[in-house]
Amino acid sequence: MLDTRSDQAFVSFDRVQKSYDGETLVVKDLNLSIGKGEFLTMLGPSGSGKTTCLMMLAGFETATHGEIRLDGREINNIPPHKRGIGMVFQNYALFPHMTVGENLSFPLEVRKIGKSERETKIKRALDMVQMGDFVGRRPAQLSGGQQQRIALARALVFEPELVLMDEPLGALDKQLRETLQFEITRLAHDLGITVVYVTHDQTEALTMSDRVAVFDDGRIQQLATPDALYETPQNSFVAQFIGENNTLRGTVKTLDKDRCVVTLDGTGEEIDALPVNVKKAGDKTLVSIRPERVEFDPQLGETSHTLDAEVLEFIYMGDVFRTRLRVAGRDDFIVKTRNRADQKRLSPGDKVKIGWLPQDCRALDH
Amino acid sequence: MELPPYATLGQRVWHYTFLVICGLIFFFLIAPILTIIPLSFNAENFFTFTPGMLAFDPDAYSLRHYEDFFTNSQWQAAMWNSIKIAPVATLISVALGTLAAVGLSQSHVPFRRAIMAILISPMIVPLIISAAGMYFFYSRLGMQGTYWGVVLAHAALGIPFVIITVTATLVGFDRSLTRASANLGAGPVRTFFKVQMPLILPGVISGGLFAFITSFDEVVVVLFVGSAGQKTLPWQMFIGLREQISPTILAVATILVILSIMLLTGVELLRRRSEKMRGLSPG
Repeated sequence: MLDTRSDQAFVSFDRVQKSYDGETLVVKDLNLSIGKGEFLTMLGPSGSGKTTCLMMLAGFETATHGEIRLDGREINNIPPHKRGIGMVFQNYALFPHMTVGENLSFPLEVRKIGKSERETKIKRALDMVQMGDFVGRRPAQLSGGQQQRIALARALVFEPELVLMDEPLGALDKQLRETLQFEITRLAHDLGITVVYVTHDQTEALTMSDRVAVFDDGRIQQLATPDALYETPQNSFVAQFIGENNTLRGTVKTLDKDRCVVTLDGTGEEIDALPVNVKKAGDKTLVSIRPERVEFDPQLGETSHTLDAEVLEFIYMGDVFRTRLRVAGRDDFIVKTRNRADQKRLSPGDKVKIGWLPQDCRALDH
Repeated sequence: MELPPYATLGQRVWHYTFLVICGLIFFFLIAPILTIIPLSFNAENFFTFTPGMLAFDPDAYSLRHYEDFFTNSQWQAAMWNSIKIAPVATLISVALGTLAAVGLSQSHVPFRRAIMAILISPMIVPLIISAAGMYFFYSRLGMQGTYWGVVLAHAALGIPFVIITVTATLVGFDRSLTRASANLGAGPVRTFFKVQMPLILPGVISGGLFAFITSFDEVVVVLFVGSAGQKTLPWQMFIGLREQISPTILAVATILVILSIMLLTGVELLRRRSEKMRGLSPG
């Protein structure tokens, strides 16, 4: 899972470990290199170690082991105020006793930048986030979305090359979140800055990032582009965490290089699957199929096999229909079908046959 | 406070009883203070209302006790001693107390509860015990009977108030602000003065006020630690009661009451202003 794109990594974690209590590792052996100008998202459930990694990069936590490098320089022993990294905090962390202008002026004053240059930079930063008219307001007089724009402007005003974002949109409503997602990616690309973004929202991760590192249990489970992550998850955690996913339990019966046959638990039916993370015949496996890749009553030849299923629930969602089925003894199998004029609307109790292409059905670790 | 229309008889009785109790509490708190004010204008050398005063005879009132306070060299010396001691003790209390509160609010400090308990103990330990302890301690150091001895003793008494008020303000302090400040390039000292201090100022001011009043009112410790050269106003009042029985005390007391009210009002205004700055109440 090493990054091959950039030979000279701008940010790199080299065998980094972190433990708060000296016993349990919150981050276990992290290796990650981030290229210059890249938008990388650390995605994972809470407690997966993603925020700890960000805090180590910002300098608010120290790595127990390993080396963190920024632009070729080891930064483990550099205090946070000398790292020159911009950061947007989850709760904005605007200074409440200062106006918007004073908030933005703060990092510039620290850097001993002259008054006229400060004003030019502040104006440019506020215009970037469309908040030019708010220079004299206090944070308490702004809405959540406006405060987050100011926080973004403050992190950019001193022109850092690396900006960290710790779930910056977590407290905002859906519509505002989508607007800001778009604006943040646009700004990052226009300015050519490197962004490390932490979130637990997979949609956010997929829509914004160049690459996503999926964290769980203190390790990166998979590091890939958004489409690769969704289309070709490497293990069952990633398959479950990214997008909606159906899993069927089974045992590998035969294993070839690019085909395996899995005997499903419960009914003993046999299906073809793409071996991804199984080692030998006889292994237990979780087979993963995306809900939109399942066909009802497939034509023979289209799929290599069909399974019997019983409709348990049919949900009309506008653009798609969501059907819950009982398949191979499990009653949480979801199929999504587009709302087309000829699409049959099923009702609970209907017996149907389902099938899929063998390459859409991935045999993963259990 | 109005009774709801559905109040039962018992609730009505309790409602009025409660009002009477509140009134009595206020009366017992304020009456002793209020009576000294007219008494301090007594034309005679008495601590009681003379028949002339009760008849509102202008001749029964005078400013002679105030005149005595402002001309008598002993009272003047005491006043200047208090003015020299209290502000310096307050400054020390505020500086050390604020530092202690900020330090003890950080979770990585070991034994923080124990340290906090020790620092607050002067407030809990009976004053006479602190005073006796300080007497022996400062004697060993050669500071008994010196100006700095009294200042340090009063500072020690004031520190707990500052720690408590500042700690209370720090509870509402968002730690990500200091992180943001560091991230923007500010070192720890700049972060403290530019970000943390302005936001905890209301607590610092209230703590400073308590520390000042503690020093200004204090009589037990100064009796032990001080000598004739550090005779403060409360000490002189104590002597005035015991030896001279002069109503000048009443004049001094009135002045102190008015001073305290002014101080409290001033500090409250200041506190509201900085709270507004903090963005807690809409500007």
